[in-house]
Amino acid sequence: MPIYTLEAGQVVQGIKSKEFSAEEYISQLFERIEKVEPKVNAFVTLNKEEGLDRARRLDKKIRDGEQSGPLAGVALSIKDNICTKGMKTTCSSKMLESYIPAYDATVIKRLMAAGAIIIGKANLDEFAMGSTTEFSRHGPTRNPWDISRVSGGSSGGSAASVAALECASSLGSDTGGSVRCPASFCSVVGLKPTYGLVSRFGLVSYANSLEQIGPVGRTVSDVVSILNVIAGFDENDHTTTNSSKPTYSLQERKGLRVGLIKEFTEGADPGVSKMIYKAAETLENQGCKCEEVSLPSVQYALASYYTIATAEASSNLARYDNIRYGFDMNPEGYEWNSYFARARSNFGDEAKRRIIVGSYVLSSGYYGKYYLKAHQVRSLLKREMETLFKKYDVLIGPTMPILPFKIGERIDDPLKMYLVDIDTVVANLTGMPAISVPAGFADGLPVGLQIMADQFAEQTMLDVAYLFEQAAKVQRSPEL
Amino acid sequence: MATTTKIGLEIHCQLTGAKSKLFCRCSSDYRGKAPNANICPICAGLPGTLPLLNQKTVEFAAMITLALGCKFPDEIAFYRKNYFYPDLPKNFQLTQYNAYGITSIGVDGRLEYGNGKDARIRRVQLEEDPGRLVYASGSMDTSVYVLIDYNRAGVPLVEIVTEPDFADTKDVRMFLDKITSIIEHLGVCDTKLEGSVRCDANVSIDGGNKVEIKNISSFADVEKALRYEITRQRTMTSREIQVRSETRHWDDARKVTKESRTKEEEQDYRYFPEPDIPLVMLGSEFVSFIKQSMPELPDTRKERFMSKYGLSAHIAQVLIGNKELADFFESTLMIYLSPKEIANWIVTDLMSFIDERQKEEEEEEHSLFAGLKVGPEHIADLARLVDQDMINRATAKQILGQIIRTGEMPSALAKRMHASRIDDVSVLAQAVQSVFQMEQAAVQDARRNANVANFLLGKVMKITKGKADPKVALEMIQKKLKED
Repeated sequence: MPIYTLEAGQVVQGIKSKEFSAEEYISQLFERIEKVEPKVNAFVTLNKEEGLDRARRLDKKIRDGEQSGPLAGVALSIKDNICTKGMKTTCSSKMLESYIPAYDATVIKRLMAAGAIIIGKANLDEFAMGSTTEFSRHGPTRNPWDISRVSGGSSGGSAASVAALECASSLGSDTGGSVRCPASFCSVVGLKPTYGLVSRFGLVSYANSLEQIGPVGRTVSDVVSILNVIAGFDENDHTTTNSSKPTYSLQERKGLRVGLIKEFTEGADPGVSKMIYKAAETLENQGCKCEEVSLPSVQYALASYYTIATAEASSNLARYDNIRYGFDMNPEGYEWNSYFARARSNFGDEAKRRIIVGSYVLSSGYYGKYYLKAHQVRSLLKREMETLFKKYDVLIGPTMPILPFKIGERIDDPLKMYLVDIDTVVANLTGMPAISVPAGFADGLPVGLQIMADQFAEQTMLDVAYLFEQAAKVQRSPEL
Repeated sequence: MATTTKIGLEIHCQLTGAKSKLFCRCSSDYRGKAPNANICPICAGLPGTLPLLNQKTVEFAAMITLALGCKFPDEIAFYRKNYFYPDLPKNFQLTQYNAYGITSIGVDGRLEYGNGKDARIRRVQLEEDPGRLVYASGSMDTSVYVLIDYNRAGVPLVEIVTEPDFADTKDVRMFLDKITSIIEHLGVCDTKLEGSVRCDANVSIDGGNKVEIKNISSFADVEKALRYEITRQRTMTSREIQVRSETRHWDDARKVTKESRTKEEEQDYRYFPEPDIPLVMLGSEFVSFIKQSMPELPDTRKERFMSKYGLSAHIAQVLIGNKELADFFESTLMIYLSPKEIANWIVTDLMSFIDERQKEEEEEEHSLFAGLKVGPEHIADLARLVDQDMINRATAKQILGQIIRTGEMPSALAKRMHASRIDDVSVLAQAVQSVFQMEQAAVQDARRNANVANFLLGKVMKITKGKADPKVALEMIQKKLKED
């Protein structure tokens, strides 16, 4: 078996025991990328020279018997809205076409210190606004399981690169499901941490109060090892929790109480629902107690999500006026207002749509009607979830209510597109952790099982995910 | 024609004492630095950066809140004020806003000023300063291009908003003096730095429409801008032209207010709470901590000067009206404890030199003592010389007039003057003799009224060009009065 197929844990072991060198591993990966990338289009920028250089230095460290870190040699793709010093960070937007950050995001610093190797920047919907990666200036990322279909989004490049064996793991960001949706569509594991567990410093903001950076991997184990490196307080992000750094592990636990959210299965495609009921059965066979539960206020979740997300986005995206960075556009002959307007007309359609909606819901007289109401829904949902978590250790359901659809199928109907986020936005609105693990296939296409837990109950959530993964043994990477 | 004028103020003061910017670790001292050298990814608004609240600024704003008699909320939030302008790196300003149960750090205050007047304070809020636009030709109207300097972007500001409680420009002046003294005493703002305190004003007359005046760059210009605007509005009213509700800009060069080109009143700032800064809980513990760490306020200091040092209300008021002066007074007392004598020297004599110099320079931002080579040790020395009858007041004044330029110690100068003094009894007797001949009427008076002897002494000093030892001369005069 070629070494590029190895999971992150196996890579670390192989390199540390000198079974193969980091340089060998990284060069094989770039060969693989060269071969499959034309089909998948998961990357925006490749970091070949520096990646190989880092691999060589790591090999030397290991030869010299120095410490090499818990992620030594692990090849990662990084969603292109996470700042990497000296490496372009475009957010798949014309507005940041040639933007090179002056600093590394906190998560990048931590991953590098742990020995990981960044091999490139992964494709996304412009500024992470979308559920398919079709709204990218660099073209859509294709689903490795069927390249005529979408990879999901907005971290489509992250999930597709992991599924297509172009890297071991990846970092995505999840504002309304952007890690879990493509993980589900590409049959890999994607985790959104509790709000405040992982630093957002260096993540280009889309909707600050909702989003978290999260790992994508082919196994629960890989996701855990990355989470262990990136989680914990950061003095550069006031919203991170000031408690001791958590360490998660893989453990076998029996007798966990599982609630299956019936609104989620009822609203899903029959093929998807069937897989989720089967997953519940698998968990029962493993000694869990499963019951159907109801989450009535989920009916307001999407409206609340899109109100808050667009409001915050409209303000976050205001800074892209092409003055301090951006793309080449001569200011000669413009008065500043018309220059701003002209430059900002280069946002893509979806970004523009959200800026307009967000500006509207924040405008005077409407704030109370929309933004404040959306926050009331948020509190209501949180209370309902907290009540459920008194009775259940985790809540489960489908990650996505539908199967991966054809590229172009929904792009002209924004509302239809927004509806697919129904199952994922709950975790963002409540700040609670959620993970998508491969549940199996319907009509040959991947279905993801979503597991949600109470705030900072990542360990319980991972216990269930690991238990399920071990029992279900779902295929991870397709032939390409 | 009697008119009623209503003036309200919006004062911005930079928290220069906080050392660093409001949301990053850059220095708050941007003056004199190369353009765009005092910035970091956060204050430059680079993608992915998050604001980090400078805790010290919350404490400073809380001190101002207390000093202005405002109420504290239990918790405060920061809001985004969204508008596009090239000096704003993020195209929104982080500020505070009173809405939906959340208020800025201070609300509903009241401040006494002048003699028993008071003004209501609507709110005190913490916010960030934008960058600076530098116009190539110095003016917005004639420049072909504009340069942007973000060095100032993110410097912490406290905005103090008053109700329209001022009836004339004199009240405004007194109020601003009081505010200046308070923030100086709190140590939060060095008001002498250019642009560290700025003031917008609004004026209406006879219940007419309110006009906002912006772009007033110093407290000194506020009175000028207001006087111009009041005159403009009165003239319009007398010609039965209605005053429009508008925002006008103060033109610093031409000293007039002019219509602004932008229609700011139509702006919708789309305020909403900043998600990256969690609510800041204040609570009773914080408030008592602030109370404990508050430096002495001018009013308390005045009371202390009166009760501890026996100063008159007037003298104490002059001293505390400017923190530098009050500090100078107390530093002098540390060297030589003669409060009334020293207060007099400072308030009457030293101040007249300061006033004179300020008139020459026409600039008020400077330190009071700039260009004067006098320190507390000089005044202490001078007061001691007078107290110990080493020199009389007239000589002391002369000495002060000289050492203020040279920096020499008064006792050293007195010694030199003494050396050149006429203490030769025969020469002095001759001088006294000639005064007695010239001023026969006064001599007659002096025999009946002992005080007139001083007049004769003055004459002796005059003809000896001040070189006579006054003590010896006076003794001679008194002796001679009895003799003849």
